[in-house]
Formats: sequence, C-alpha cells, structure tokens
Amino acid sequence: MLRACLRGANATARTNFRRCRPNNLQQCRHYTAGEPSGGAAKVVAAGLVTVGGGVGGTILYAKWDHKFRATVEKNVPYSDQLLGLALGPPLQDVRSEKQVEVAQPPSMMDKKVKTSKSKSEKKVKEEAAETSPAAPVQSLEDTLFSDEASAEATHIISAMGDAPSVPAPCDTEAAAVKEECAECHHHDDSTVSAAVQPEATAAEAEPLRERPEEEVTARLALQDQQEQDVLAAVSVSLEDSLASSAKATLQAIGAQEAALQAVTRHTLRLKEAMEAEVPPQEKSAQWKDLEVSLADRNSAVDDATAALSKANEALDGLKSVIDESKGLKVSAVRPLVLAAEENLHNMVVDLDKAVTKKQTAESEAKIVSQYSELVNEAKLQFQKEVSSLTPEIQANWKSLTGKLSPDDLNALIAHAHRRIDQLNRELAEQRVREQIHIDSALEQQKLEDQRALEKAVSTSLQHVREEARLDQERKLSELREVMEAEMRTQLRRQAAAHTDHVQDVLKVQEAELKADAEQVLSSKMLEQETRFRQLSQEQLDNFTLDMNTAYARLKGMEEAIDSHVIAEEEARKAHQLWLSVEALSYSLKSADTDSPSMPLEGAAQAVKESCSDNDFALALSSAFPQESLQRGVYSEASLRARFNSLRSLARRVALIDESHNSLYQYFLSYLQAALLFEDKQAAPPTQLSGEDLDPFKLLSYASFCLEHGDLELAAKLVNQLRGEARRVVEDWLTEARLTLETRQVISLLSAYANAVGLGTTQAP
Amino acid sequence: MSEKELGKKWDRCLADGAIKIGTGLGLGIVFSVLFFKRHTWPISLGSGAGLGMAYANCQNDLRSHYMLQRSEKVGLCKRTHNIKITEYFMVCISE
Repeated sequence: MLRACLRGANATARTNFRRCRPNNLQQCRHYTAGEPSGGAAKVVAAGLVTVGGGVGGTILYAKWDHKFRATVEKNVPYSDQLLGLALGPPLQDVRSEKQVEVAQPPSMMDKKVKTSKSKSEKKVKEEAAETSPAAPVQSLEDTLFSDEASAEATHIISAMGDAPSVPAPCDTEAAAVKEECAECHHHDDSTVSAAVQPEATAAEAEPLRERPEEEVTARLALQDQQEQDVLAAVSVSLEDSLASSAKATLQAIGAQEAALQAVTRHTLRLKEAMEAEVPPQEKSAQWKDLEVSLADRNSAVDDATAALSKANEALDGLKSVIDESKGLKVSAVRPLVLAAEENLHNMVVDLDKAVTKKQTAESEAKIVSQYSELVNEAKLQFQKEVSSLTPEIQANWKSLTGKLSPDDLNALIAHAHRRIDQLNRELAEQRVREQIHIDSALEQQKLEDQRALEKAVSTSLQHVREEARLDQERKLSELREVMEAEMRTQLRRQAAAHTDHVQDVLKVQEAELKADAEQVLSSKMLEQETRFRQLSQEQLDNFTLDMNTAYARLKGMEEAIDSHVIAEEEARKAHQLWLSVEALSYSLKSADTDSPSMPLEGAAQAVKESCSDNDFALALSSAFPQESLQRGVYSEASLRARFNSLRSLARRVALIDESHNSLYQYFLSYLQAALLFEDKQAAPPTQLSGEDLDPFKLLSYASFCLEHGDLELAAKLVNQLRGEARRVVEDWLTEARLTLETRQVISLLSAYANAVGLGTTQAP
Repeated sequence: MSEKELGKKWDRCLADGAIKIGTGLGLGIVFSVLFFKRHTWPISLGSGAGLGMAYANCQNDLRSHYMLQRSEKVGLCKRTHNIKITEYFMVCISE
C-alpha cells in the first residue's frame, strides 16, 4: 500500500511537472523574447560608464595632485603615456627647462632636462629650483667648484643643518646622457647655491629622502668611474683631433710654404724672362720653364688652398671637440683642454702667418704678372705695328739686321722715330697724369693697406685675445688648485680637531664604562661565587645521601640476591621434581586401549633422583606397586572397556558361588542373566544397603561410576561382588587397584611437587 | 585373565562333551551294531554315558576352584550356609 501511494504520488508529481514546465518555458520565452538584448546592453553600458568614469576621475585627480600622478605612473604601466597624452608632461620638467634657458652655459643640461623622467626627488628639485632663481650665473663657477668640494660642502651644509641635504649626491660631471646627472646637477646646483646663499634656502619643510650610505658610495664610485671614462674618452678624442689637426696644419703650412716658394720662383723666372736679354733659344726654354713654373705655381697654390681648407676643417673640428669637452665639465679634462686650446691657437697663428706670407707673395706675383702682361701687350702691339709696317719682316726682328733693305730700314727708322715721338708724347702725358695716377694709386693703396691693416689688426687682436683667455684659464686653474689645497688643509685640520675631540670623549667614556663594568662584574662575581659554594655544598650533601642510599640498596640487593639464589635453587629442585612427576604422569598416559603403559620404573627412578633430599617424596616414590614399575598400568579407558565385556560375564555367573556351582546352577544363572533387565547405569547411593549388594545392581552402579570416570568407586563396588562373579572380575579388580594405587601415588607426588613449586615462587 | 577362564572352561567342557558324546555314540553304535543287533539302547546308552561323563566333567571343572585340594589344609569350616551334602560328597569323591 505504501508503494502504491508512492507510485501515485510520483505519477501525479510527474504529470504536474510536465504541465508546469512548458508554462515556465513559455513564460521565460515570452519574457526574454520581448527584450533579448536589453539586459546585456544595459550591463555593457553600465560597465563602460563605470570604466570611463574611473579613468576620467583618475586623470582629473592626477592633474590636480602630482603625487598621485607620480604614484599612478609608477604603479600602472603605460599610464605615464596616457597621462602625458591627456595632461602634458609632468610639471617639474617645464619649470626646470625655463631655469636652464635662463642659465648661461649652453651645455648638455638642456638635453638632460628634456630627456629626464620624474623621479622621487622631483619635488625636491622643484622646490630647490624655485628657491634658487639667481643661481644661473653662479652655476658655471659652481660647476667648476662642484666635484670634490661638493661632498665636503654638503657635509658642511648638513652640519649646519640649514638646507635639505643629501650626503654627497652624484656629482655634476657625470656622463652627459645619464639622467641622474640632471637631477644631481640640479640638486648640486641647489645645494651649492645654498652654500653660497644659505639664507636664501630657508629650511624647507620638504622632507628629503636621505640616500643610504652604501648607495652614496656606490654612486660616488659610479661617478668617479664615469668621470674616468669620460676623461679617457675626451683625452683620446682630443689627442686624435689634435693630432689630425696638427697634421693638417703642418700640411697646410707646408703647402703654403711650397706655394710661396713656387710663387716666388715663378715671379723670379718671370722677371728674368722679361728683363734678361738672352738668346732666343734660351728664351723659348725660359718661356717653357716659365710655363712649367706657372703650372707649378698653380698646382702649388691649389694644393695650398686645399690644404688650408683641410687644416681649417681640422681646426674647426678640434675647436668643436674642445668646446664639447669644455661642456662636459669634468675637472681633470681642463688642463688637457687648455693644452689643446693652446695648441690650436699656435696652429692657427702659424697657419695665418703662412697664409699672409703666401698672400704677399701672391700679390707680388700679381704685380709682376701684370707687369709681364703689360710688357707682353706692348711687345705684341709693337710687333703688330712692325708687322703692319713691314709685313714681310718676321717677328723675330732682332735677328734680321743683315736682311733688311734700306727702305725697310728707313721705314723702320721713321716708324721708330714716330714711335719715339709718340712715346715721348705719351710719356709727357703720362708724367702729367702720373701725379693723378699716383694719387689715385696711393689712395687705393691706402685703402688696401687700411684693409690689410685692419685684417692684420683683427687677427692679431684675436690671437692676443685668445692668448689672454688661455692665460686667464691657466691662472684660474692654478688658482683653483691652490684654493683646493688650502681647503683640503683646512678640512684636514678640522678633521684632526674632530678626531682629537672624539678621542678625548671616548677616553672619558671608556673610563666611566670601565668603572661601571668592573663594579657590575665584581658584584656578579661575588654572587656567582656564593651561589657556586652553595651549589657545591648541596651537591656534596646530595652525593653523600645518594651514596648512602645506594650502599644500603646495594646491601639489600645483595641479601635479596642471596636469598633469591637459595630460593631459586629450591625452585629449581621443585621444578625438577615437578618435571619428573609430570614425566611420570605422562608415562601413565602411554597406555593404549589394550596394552599397559610403559614400565614406570625409569620415571619413578627419575623422581627418586630429583627428590633425593625429601623424605616424603622419597617415601612416595618408593610406594609404587612393583607391578606398575615392571609392567606398567592399564589406562582407565582400557579398564572401562574391559569392564563392559566383563559385566555380561559377571551377570551370567551371578548365581554361582561356592555352594551353588553345579551346571544346573550355571544354566539357571545364564537364564537369569538372559531374563533379568536392569539399568545399564544407575547412580550408586551414598550408602550401600543390603539389597544393593545384588550383583546386577552393583554392576550397574559400577558401570555408572566408570562412565563418570570414578574408577575408585567402581572398584569398590566391584569389590562387593561375591562368588564366581568375583572370581571372574578378580583380575580386573587387581588391575584397577594397581592403576588406582599408581595414580594415587602420582597425584600425591604431583600435588606435593606443585605445592613445593608454588611455595618456592612466593616470597619467603 | 580371570574372565577368560570361564570361557576356557566352557571350551573345555564343550570339547570334552563333544568328544565323550561322540565317543559314547560311536561306541554305542559300535556296540549296538556289534553286540546288540542294532538296537538303539546301546547308542543312547553310549551317548547318554558320554553326555553324563561330559556333564560331570564340566561341572567338576567349573567347580574346581571352590573344591579344596588334597594338599590344601583348611581350618574349621566356617562356611555353614548353603552347603549341600551331595555336592560335598561329590567333592570328596572327585578328590
């Protein structure tokens, strides 16, 4: 019925479920069909709004709070780009840019500033930069001072406690492109300017993060390393450029000299060619030489100009390198720079000299060439005239003295006279114009001289200025060294004084502490000693106690052991006795159903041996019946079996005794046995009465007893049989008696052995 | 074994009986055949005699334990009950 109900319930539930489910689905479908994407769109829109709001809020807040902006940029990757896009670069860069523009030295600071990123000390820089507006002019000197002095300066400042200090920040001469240099420079700037104007940098509330010492030393080491690297690089570059420029300059000078030589040679040759009256063959050779020398001169001049340009390039390069290295502001570079500058100056000077020489030679050459051109022109003119006059006369008119006719000669002379007149007129004109020409020429020359003079003056002025500047720089470096040495000595003196003071203080402290410590030590020692004495006394007492107890226990143990030995001996003997008795009782069991057990002689002997000192056991062990010793005894089971067969026989001869023993009686007895039925087993009464002496009853009692394992009672009952029955069971009875006797002895012995054994295991 | 004694006695009895009866029968038959013209009375006599002898022997044998031997000396007879005179005489005879 329960199952039926359940089934019904399940069925109804299923039908209901089936009915409801489509409704739900329909409803859901209806519900969702109306706005399939509305919920999702809403969620998406909400999410976008939230995200946008978060981002916008972050950007606005970053704009307002720069610390927040810094933390955001630090923690969120790529946020710095986003914030840079949205808000522009972080503010302190713009401000420091302005300051640097105000500052004079157009060093790499600009580059550094523009490439620097905001760091944690940006705030400090800002503040420091704000508070040292007048720093720029000094910044140059400060940079010159800054390196070794900066560390000590900052220490001094920190000791003064006026300005926020960072112990020995990176020095300003770090490598150009390193960012730390920017902030270091700024910082150093600020600190050094603070040293110069301590009151200007009023104690800023800005907490500075003091760099840990290891960092400082590391930074110093790093900067030293950087300086060394820069120095090495700069020196290498300087040397290279010096070498190259020296080479180029020398080359240029050589070229100039060569050009000069070529020009002078050419001029001489030209002069010779024009003025010397040499035979025509040599003249042509001369003209050829002249052409050669002209070519030479041209080439030399070209070479000279090329070399000059190269030298100028090299010198410009050297100058730029020098400027660059000057811009690095590493102190060790300065002597190198100075030397390089001097070399440059010398080279420039030499080059200029050579150039001027060459130019003078060139101008001379120009004059001479002009003169030669004029002469050539005149010659040509004359030749044209002569040729026009006397067409057949050849150009080489000097060699035809014999060939000309008198007409020709006359014509020639007339022409010559006319030419002479013309020339005289020209000469007179020339003399008239001479003055004007001379004046104009003089004017021109004056102008040219002026110009040349100005140029020379300017170059020499430049050279002098250069020399003066170099001198000044040399003097400055010397002075700086001197000042540094002096500062070092002062600082050393201060350090020495400080160490002396510290030593004194330490000595005093040492004395005090020593006294205290000694006092404490002595008191502790005393305490310890007393405690030690106490403890040792205690220990001694304890030890004595322990020793006594141990001795007593030892004694007790010895006694116990001795008594135990005795007891064990007894126990061993008892055990042996018990074992032998057990062996004896075991040997009793060796009886088979129809054969007696083994002779008990051996076991009895063993028992006798094991109880040699015990009279009771000896007496017992010698109480064995001889038969059992020799032959062994029958087991109860065999006796029982035997009895069962005996019983029928006894029943059959129950009537036979001394008086009734005829055959007829036998027959009667047999008949009685066949007809009489009694209990197989009947429990014997505690007291036998006269009627219990009936053999049949007796036999049933005995059977009962035997079945219940009571051989003794059975034997007793059987013993009551009389007559032939008795005769029949006589052997059985003796056997039973033997067995009983033996068993009795053995049980006594085992009881005795057990008792003895039990006795020995107990405490005496 | 004392219990086997009886059995042995009966064996003897039966064997003896068989022999005596057989012999008596045989003799009787012989005598009957030989001397008495095949009358049955010698056979029955013989077998009867044999049986009687066997019976007597058996009984004697069975009684042997209770009968005193000639060599045995016995004190004054204390057994005053249930003594049958005939049996007493028979015992004396069999000695």
